[in-house]
Amino acid sequence: MSDLKLNRSDVMKRIMDVRNNALVITGLGSPVWDLAASDHRPENFYSWGGMGCAISMGLGCALAQSDKKVWVITGDGEALMGLGSLATVAAQRPTNLAIIVLDNEHYGETGMQRTHTSYGTDIAAIAAGAGIPKTMTVNDEKTLKGLTTALSSSLLPMVAVVKVTASKPNLVLPSRDGVYIKNQFRQAVLGATEAMHSS
Amino acid sequence: MPDPWTTEAHRLFKKFNIKTVGYVPDAGLTDLINSCEADNDINAVVMTTEEEGIGLSAGAWLGGDKSAVLMQSSGVGNTVNAIASIIASCQFPLFMIVTMRGQFGESNPWQIPMGQAVAPVLKSLGVQVYEVQTDQEATEAIEAGLKMAFVSNAAVAVLIGQKLIGAKSFIADVAEEVTHV
Repeated sequence: MSDLKLNRSDVMKRIMDVRNNALVITGLGSPVWDLAASDHRPENFYSWGGMGCAISMGLGCALAQSDKKVWVITGDGEALMGLGSLATVAAQRPTNLAIIVLDNEHYGETGMQRTHTSYGTDIAAIAAGAGIPKTMTVNDEKTLKGLTTALSSSLLPMVAVVKVTASKPNLVLPSRDGVYIKNQFRQAVLGATEAMHSS
Repeated sequence: MPDPWTTEAHRLFKKFNIKTVGYVPDAGLTDLINSCEADNDINAVVMTTEEEGIGLSAGAWLGGDKSAVLMQSSGVGNTVNAIASIIASCQFPLFMIVTMRGQFGESNPWQIPMGQAVAPVLKSLGVQVYEVQTDQEATEAIEAGLKMAFVSNAAVAVLIGQKLIGAKSFIADVAEEVTHV
C-alpha cells in the first residue's frame, strides 16, 4: 500500500473548483469544517450528527434531484459506520451521485484514534465489491486530477477515497442549527415558495 | 389478492405524491413492497438496514421529494440515533410504516422484547405513534400520518398490529417439513 497522502484543505478546494451547481451533503466532523472554509454556500448541507447516514442522505437527495449532481463528502469513520448504504446505492445506480471519502485513517473529532482504514481496510475496494460501478483511490496529483475530471463527467455513481494527512484543520464553523441548514438548502434548491409550502 | 390496507396505502402514497419508498422487507409488507416496486413513479429502495431509511427520507426531503420508510418492528431499533440526531434536530418530516412482531400470538421469542419496545422508544424520540389493528384503522392512520408528516413537518409511525397482519406460523410458511432436534 502506498503511503502517499494529500492535504485535506487543498483537496477540498480542488474538488469545489469543479462543482458547478452540484449539491453537497457532508458527513459530520472535519468535512464540515473543510467545506465551510473553502466554499460556504446554501447548497451545502452540513451534518452535525447522524453518523453513518451521509451516504443514504445523498442517495435520497440524488433520487429526488436527478437533473443535478449530488456529492457526498464525508470521512472514513463516518463512511465505515454506513458501509451497507454502498450496496443500496449500487442497487439504485443513480447516475448523478458521487461519494468522496476524505480518508485520514483516524477519528478526528474524538481524539485521533485510528480507524480501520489505518489497519488496511480499503473503502474503495468495499465499494467496488458492493457493486459501485466506478471507484478510485486518490493519493497524488495525478489521481487528484483524475478525480476532478471524473466529477466533471457523468460517470456516476462513483466512490472516491482520498488519502489525506491526519492534520488538524482550521475550524471554520457553519451554523449548528439543523432547521436553518435544512431550510437554507431547500430554499436554494427548490425556491422559497416550494421550500416552505411543499406541494 | 393483496391485503386491503396495503392497496389503500399505495393509493394514499400516490395521493400524497410519495416519490421514494425505502424498505427492509417483512412478510406483512410484501404486497405494499410489490406494488411500490411495480410503480414507475416511485423509487422503491431496498436497504441493508432500517437506519438507511432515515437518511434516505431526510435526503429526499432536501431534494424536494416526499418519502415513506417501511420496516418490521425489530428494525425500529436500528433507527434510533438517526431519528434523534437527524429527524428531530432538523425537524425533518418522517413517515414510517412498521409491521409488528412480538405483540400478539408471537411464536419467535426473540421478537418479543423489541416488539414491546417499539412504541415507547419511538414516543421517547418525539415520533407520533398510531397503533392500528384493522384495515380501516390502518387506512385512516396512514392518511392522517402522511398529512401530519408532510404538512406539519412531523415524524409519524403507523404500527400495523399483529392482529391485522396475523401472527404467522413462520416455520410452517417457509419450510416443507419441520423437524425438531
